[in-house]
Amino acid sequence: LGEWGGALMRCGAGGIQSGRVTLAGPAQRVPWLDIRRIATFPGPRLHGTWFASLSLGGDPRGRRPQHTASRNRRPQQARAQPSGGDPPLTPASAPAAVPMDSSTQPAPATGGDPAEAPADPELPRLTVTQVEQMKVEARVADIYRVLFGAAPNTKSIMLELWRDQHIEYLTHGLRHLGPAFHVLDANRPWLCYWMVHPLTLLDEVLDDDLEDDIVDFLARCQDKDGGYGGGPGQLPHLATTYAAVNTLVTIGSERALSSINRDNLYKFMLRMKDESGAFRMHDGGEIDVRASYTAISVASLVNILDVELAKGVGDFIARCQTYEGGIAGEPYAEAHGGYTFCGLAALILLNEAEKLDLPSLIDWVAFRQGVECGFQGRTNKLVDGCYSFWQGAAIALTQKLVMIIDGQLKSLYCCKKPSEEDACGTSSSGCTSEKSSSAVDYAKFGFDFTQRSNQVGPLFHNIALQQYILLCAQITTTSVKQVLEGGLRDKPGKNRDHYHSCYCLSGLSVSQYSAMIDSESCPLPQHVLGPYSNLLEPIHPLYNVVLDKYHTAHEFFSKE
Amino acid sequence: MEHAKSGPGSWPELADVVPVPQDDGPSPVVPIAYRDDFREVMDYFRALYFAGERSPRALRLTAEAIELNPGNYTVWHFRRLILEALDSDLLEEMNFVEKIAECNPKNYQIWHHKRWLAEKLGPDVANKEHEFTMKILAIDAKNYHAWSHRQWVLQALGGWESELQYCNQLLEEDVFNNSAWNQRYLVITRSPILGGLTAMRDSEVDYTIEAILANPQNESPWRYLKGLYKGENNLLVADERISDVCLKILKTDWSCVFALSLLLDLLRLGLQPSDELKAILEPIRNSDPEMADADLATAVCCILQKCDPLRINYWSWYKTTLSSQIS
Repeated sequence: LGEWGGALMRCGAGGIQSGRVTLAGPAQRVPWLDIRRIATFPGPRLHGTWFASLSLGGDPRGRRPQHTASRNRRPQQARAQPSGGDPPLTPASAPAAVPMDSSTQPAPATGGDPAEAPADPELPRLTVTQVEQMKVEARVADIYRVLFGAAPNTKSIMLELWRDQHIEYLTHGLRHLGPAFHVLDANRPWLCYWMVHPLTLLDEVLDDDLEDDIVDFLARCQDKDGGYGGGPGQLPHLATTYAAVNTLVTIGSERALSSINRDNLYKFMLRMKDESGAFRMHDGGEIDVRASYTAISVASLVNILDVELAKGVGDFIARCQTYEGGIAGEPYAEAHGGYTFCGLAALILLNEAEKLDLPSLIDWVAFRQGVECGFQGRTNKLVDGCYSFWQGAAIALTQKLVMIIDGQLKSLYCCKKPSEEDACGTSSSGCTSEKSSSAVDYAKFGFDFTQRSNQVGPLFHNIALQQYILLCAQITTTSVKQVLEGGLRDKPGKNRDHYHSCYCLSGLSVSQYSAMIDSESCPLPQHVLGPYSNLLEPIHPLYNVVLDKYHTAHEFFSKE
Repeated sequence: MEHAKSGPGSWPELADVVPVPQDDGPSPVVPIAYRDDFREVMDYFRALYFAGERSPRALRLTAEAIELNPGNYTVWHFRRLILEALDSDLLEEMNFVEKIAECNPKNYQIWHHKRWLAEKLGPDVANKEHEFTMKILAIDAKNYHAWSHRQWVLQALGGWESELQYCNQLLEEDVFNNSAWNQRYLVITRSPILGGLTAMRDSEVDYTIEAILANPQNESPWRYLKGLYKGENNLLVADERISDVCLKILKTDWSCVFALSLLLDLLRLGLQPSDELKAILEPIRNSDPEMADADLATAVCCILQKCDPLRINYWSWYKTTLSSQIS
C-alpha cells in the first residue's frame, strides 16, 4: 500500500460571504459582486477554496466562514431561475456523449433585477462570462455554506453517496424511457453504457435476463458489415460502437464478448480511416479527436489494433493540441476537456504520448479545476460534473507518464542539448526514432498501462473534486425538506440525466483511486470523501470500463 | 394502427409503401416510448432507407425525420445520398439546414451537413456561412460547433479580411471569452493577409498585456501571451514586457496566481529577476524559513502552494521538478 497523504492533503478551509449584486442591462454600470473568500493564509487578496478538509476529521483550519450575516443580502440574481428553458432531459449532442457542453447558457441577463443599491458609474460592467460564473458560484456557495456550518456527523451524512437512489434511477432507465428520449433515438447504445457502467461502478449486478436482453439489443445494433449503430438498422458509428463494446465488456459474459464480430469491426474501422490518418465518425461523417479515441479504444480493447489502424492517428491528435495546452476537436479549435481526454487516452494506447507537450497539457488541465471544486471544460467556462471524468481522468493518466514528462521538462529547461540517451529516455518504451511500425505490438499498451504504478500523486485536488460531485452533482435539497433524488447532474440548477450520472460517478472513481501507487490497491479512508461506503469500483482509465471487467475482456480477446 | 393526422401514413405519394417497424426484439432495453407521430415517420423512413430509394418523396421523408430528431445521423447520411442522386439545389438545402441549426445549435449532424454543403458549393458561400456563424455566436459566443465551422470555412473557403476585427469586437464585448482569444490565435498564425505569428507577435503582446492589466484575474490573456511565444522560450525570457507585466501585477497583488505562475515559467527558463521583483517577494519569502533559503523559483512555487490551495498537489509536484532541474 502506498499513498500520498500528508503534505499533499494540507488544504485550507474556505468560506464565503456574498455581497450584493445588481445585474443590469448593457448600458448600466453595476457594482461588483463582492465574494470574499477566506483562506488560511493571510494576505491582501485571498484566494481560498470552498473546501473543508473533512476527511482529516478536523474542523477546517483558519477562520470559520461567517454565515449569512445580516448586512450581506443574498445576490438577487443568484435566486434567478436556471438560465434558459432547459429541456427535461439534457441529451449530449447525439450520438457522441463525449465532449460537448450540455449546458445551455443563453444571452446575458439584461435589464431585469431591481438595483439593491444605486449603480456606481465608476465600476466597470460585468461581462456575460462573469455574470454566468457568479450565478453558478452563488448556487454552489449556498450548498457549501450549509456544509461548513454543519456538525461533523451531519457533514458525513451530507457527503454520502446515495447508492440506492442512483441504482434505482439507472435500473429503471434500462427498461423505461419516456417519449422525451426520442432525441436520443440514435444514441441507444450510449444509453445502455450510461446506465450499465455506473451500475457496475456501484457494484450492482444485473439480472441475467436483463443482461441477455442488452446483449441481444446490441446485437441488433450491430451492422452486418461491422460496427454498431445508434439503434437497430442504423448506420454504424464509431461513438455508438464504443458505447456498445464498452457495455458488452461491462456485462462481461462469454455470450456478451463473443457477440462482437471483430473481423467486420476491423473492416468497418478501416473504412472509416481518412487519408490524414484520422477517423470519420461514420460513413461520410465528421472527423475529430473523438473518432480517433473511440476507434483506438475499441480496437485496443478487442485486440484488433494494428499498424494499419494506428498510422497517422498520433500525428493528427498532436496537431490538435492548442497553445493553451489542452486538446481540441480539430486543429486550431479551442482546447476542451472532452477532446483532451480522448486525445491523450488514444495516444497512450498507441504508445505515442510523447507527441504531446505533456507539461503544458497538465498545466492546462490543472487550471480547469475552479473555486467550485469541480472541473470546467474550457477556460473561463462553467463547471460541469461530467468533466470530473474527462478532465479528472486526463490528468490522472499523466501520473503514469512521469518518465516522458521528466524527459520533456529536461529538454525544455536545460541549456545543454539533449544527448542521444536523453532523447531515448523521453519515450515510454525506448527510442522513438527507432520505432519500427511492424515491430509494435499494439495489443499490450492498454494492458501494460494498468501494470504501471502511479509515479506521482494526483496532480489535481482529488478530495475537492469528490466534494463537488457529492454535494453539487448529487441532487440534495437541504432547504425545507430533504430531497434525495437518484441520478447526478451537471451543476445545481440543472436536471439529472444518465450521461452525467455515468461521468460524475466515473470521475468519482478516478479521484478515489488517484492517490494510490498501484491501480489495484484499495484506497485509504482519507482518500475517500464521506463515508467509506462511498468507494466505487476502480476503472481502467483509458477505456472507462470497470477494471475487473477489462481484465476479463483482455483475457478473452487475447486468445487467438 | 392509428395514423397521425398529417403523418406519412396519410401522404398519397407513400400509399404503396409498407412501413417497417423497428426491430427492438421481444424484450427491449432502453426502450423509448415513442409518440405515434414519431414512430410513424421512422417506420416509413426505414422502408425507403432499406430499399435504398433516392427519390423526391424519400427526400421529403428525411426532412420529417430530421425535424423530429435532428440527431439521427443515418437520416442525414441518407439525405445526402438523395441530394446527390437527385442533383438537388444545394443553396435551397442550405436554407433548410440553417432553419434547423437555429433551433439546435449544439447538434453535430447539422453542422456536419453544413460543412458538406459548403464544401460542395465552394468559396461563393463563404460570406453566407460567416454571416450564419456570426448569428449563432451572437446568441452564444462560445458555441463550439459554430467556432469549428467558422474556422473550417476560413481555412477552406476564405473570408479572412475582417476576422481580426471580429475578434476585437467579441473581446470588447467580453474579454473573458476564451473562444474569441482562441480564434485570435488562429487569425494571427494562419491568416494569409497578416504576416504570420512572427510579424504579428509584437503588437499582439501589447494588446494582450493591456487586457491583462485591465483584468489580471482573466486567465485567457495570460495563456494567450504564453502562446505567442510557443516554442520560442528564449524570446519569451528576453521580452522585457513579459516580466514587466508580472512585476506590475504583483506590485498591487502579490498573490495573483497567473502572474506568479508566469514568473515561475520565466525563472525556470533562466530569467534574471530584477531587484524590484526580488523586493516585492522579499517580505513573503522571509515569513517562511523554507522560502527564505530556497532559490527564487522554488520560493515562488511555495507561495503558489499557499495562494492557490486548490492546486496544492500540482504545485507540490511542480516543486519536485524544480529540484531535479537545480541538481
